[in-house]
Amino acid sequence: MTDFLNAIVLFSNFVLVPGLAYGSQLALGALGVTLVFGILRFANFAHGDTMAFGTMITILITWWFQSMGINFGVLPTALLALPFGVVLTALFVVGTDRVVYRYYRERKTEPIIIVMVSVGVMFVMNGLVRFIIGPNDQRFADGQRFLIKAREFKEMTGLDEGLAIRSSQALTVVVAVVLVAALFWYLQKTKTGKAMRAFSDNEDLALLSGIDPDKIVRVTWIIAAALATIAGVLYGLDKSFKPFTYFQLLLPMFAAAIVGGIGQPVGAIVGGFVVAFSEVTITYAYKKFLIYLLPNEWAPSGLMQLLSTDYKFAVSFIILVVVLLVRPTGILKGRLF
Amino acid sequence: MNLLQNPSLRAVLAFSIMAGLLVTVGVYQSWSLALTILNLCIISSIMALGVNIQWGYAGLFNVGTMGFAALGGVAAVLISKAPVAEAWAVGGVNLLLAGVMVLVTIGAMVVVRRVMAKGTMQFLAMFATGLAGYFLIRTFYDPAVTSIEAVDSARFGYLGGLGLPIIISWPIGGLFAAGAAWIVGKVALGLRSDYLAIATLGISEIIVAVLKNEDWLTRGVKNVSSLPRPVPFEINLQVSPQFIGWVEWFHASTLAGIADGERVAALKQMTIEASTIFVKISYAGLFSIVLIFILMLSVLALNSPWGRMMRAIRDNETAASAMGKNITRSHLQIFILGSAVVGIAGAMLTTLDGQFTPGSYNPLRFTFLIWVMVIIGGSGNNLGSVIGGFLIWFMWIEAEPVGNYLMEFVTSGMDENSALRNHLLDSAQHMRLFVMGLILLIVLRFSPGGILPQRVKRSES
Repeated sequence: MTDFLNAIVLFSNFVLVPGLAYGSQLALGALGVTLVFGILRFANFAHGDTMAFGTMITILITWWFQSMGINFGVLPTALLALPFGVVLTALFVVGTDRVVYRYYRERKTEPIIIVMVSVGVMFVMNGLVRFIIGPNDQRFADGQRFLIKAREFKEMTGLDEGLAIRSSQALTVVVAVVLVAALFWYLQKTKTGKAMRAFSDNEDLALLSGIDPDKIVRVTWIIAAALATIAGVLYGLDKSFKPFTYFQLLLPMFAAAIVGGIGQPVGAIVGGFVVAFSEVTITYAYKKFLIYLLPNEWAPSGLMQLLSTDYKFAVSFIILVVVLLVRPTGILKGRLF
Repeated sequence: MNLLQNPSLRAVLAFSIMAGLLVTVGVYQSWSLALTILNLCIISSIMALGVNIQWGYAGLFNVGTMGFAALGGVAAVLISKAPVAEAWAVGGVNLLLAGVMVLVTIGAMVVVRRVMAKGTMQFLAMFATGLAGYFLIRTFYDPAVTSIEAVDSARFGYLGGLGLPIIISWPIGGLFAAGAAWIVGKVALGLRSDYLAIATLGISEIIVAVLKNEDWLTRGVKNVSSLPRPVPFEINLQVSPQFIGWVEWFHASTLAGIADGERVAALKQMTIEASTIFVKISYAGLFSIVLIFILMLSVLALNSPWGRMMRAIRDNETAASAMGKNITRSHLQIFILGSAVVGIAGAMLTTLDGQFTPGSYNPLRFTFLIWVMVIIGGSGNNLGSVIGGFLIWFMWIEAEPVGNYLMEFVTSGMDENSALRNHLLDSAQHMRLFVMGLILLIVLRFSPGGILPQRVKRSES
């Protein structure tokens, strides 16, 4: 029985908890992707770098706060800086829309050209981030590091395996739940939210009903920027901030949005967790887990790892491929225009 | 100025300016540097041609150039390096068995797909077969990898290649890239257009991840160095009496003016310089042949009935489809062709570097920079891609000294030890990305045709 409990704790510690945190971060990112996909109708390649940009601003403000001796007690100071990061990033993104995307939207350019434009925006943002903060790893987490330490857990339960929950992981899940709830309330209940959904379903009909497209687009960008910044900061607190890693998050986020169904907010969340848990479960080495569960003579000799962690991007890609082959509309029927 | 509207004149002018720029570098910096830039310019233009085939002819957005170029690089290693007999002896059998198991698994999945009725059960059965096959493959693959990587890992630790002349790897690199393109194209083409972009982004990340981690194949991040060359080595040239003779003849007048005692030393210096330049010119010659060959084929293809069909599809898919053209298949063809060209260029690049370094593949340099070349050169125009490749590569290289110089100038008023000044000087290199992005955006917005806009031929009506 203890062995069984040990196995469960081990699994939670290395798969369940990290997967939940990573899934929440991906879900927030994918929500932004899917909103832009649904309302502005193109795959925004600059989304990963928007995350990096927002995180960078938040980090800079965090450092400034830290240098002034401001902190947030047990919580990371970055949380105090986050609202400023969100506002500045939203301003930047809305500004980008003004000077870059609006021109193409007004001319009803083909989506693929706009995708390419977003690649140009990505370049610019990437260059800015590297120029301002540099291409290296930055750590900015402070406050209490753990909610439960592995050692305390062991003492508390008397098990051999410890369950460590980092405060950043708990924070991620809490923030994600609050944010998603707020977003859904906004989309379902407010006038602008309803207008956004209408616009996503049928642009011409929405315009005929007197919906102001400029406002919809502005709000969409603001929400996408806010989600990206928050997801980026949470990811940075959980792991660390490195501009290139954020660019690479683009693939899991796209995979999550497509798996869930393009333009479906619920789908993006489901997709985020599907991608995150596949990644974590497939790259986890099950050796110790199986030793606890199996009789001694069956104990595995290898690592029992399905795929090395270096290939975690392959997981998102394979999920993407399977979805495109089997059900191109995604789990919750998204659009396929 | 109506003269500038004439496409041929524009092309001649653009290429003359480009040649002028290279000559300027040769005169003011060094000829060796100018030739280095020229060689990479040619390779960049070939990559840009490949992307242009996909984008300009068919409107396919391939964001995975990096992966296809890396596959070309692998081909260079696998073709040219001598086989490591010991590694084959210890791991060859298991590896081949693993390969057989891959085929068996795929076969079993196909059978399951044929036999079972369509639906969720079929999908689950195929999934289970695949999973079982995966474990079967791993039972042979894992010991093979362990034993191969243990073979003298400081020098080998991989299977080596075929030991053939490296030039063969250029077409083979194209084949590798074409194979990968076939898989991606089969999956992503025929769906909405941005899916191809996302899928290619994915496959290129995966290809590079595989090359970094599968040490038995390419030594991973330990790199494969000292690849054989299609041209002579400098050191061999420097001791070859015939080459020294050429140098002596070429510099005869200069040598005559030098005092007898110093003539030998001067000649030696000249030989060293001449040998590096000779090697680079040889490369430039080989690369130019490939470039001209591919360019000619592209132009011919674009003007053939096949090219007309492609343009018809690009301009109006619905109409072309109504005329009975199979759009997905044509897109697949062109996607494979374009990727193959990129693969060839990738193999050429590794040949020029003389080493294969998986760590050096990064998407900004190998994917997005190529895109900037295509757009700025003029999408759909083959000559445009070539000039775009030259110009952008030139700027990419020369932006660094210019950027550093500018930063020095801007910060010259600041304190020597100021943190901001040091930060700005350190970060000047990252401005290149910013500038490239800006150029891309500006060209897309204000001059979508690029330097040499596509010529639309219309029959007289």
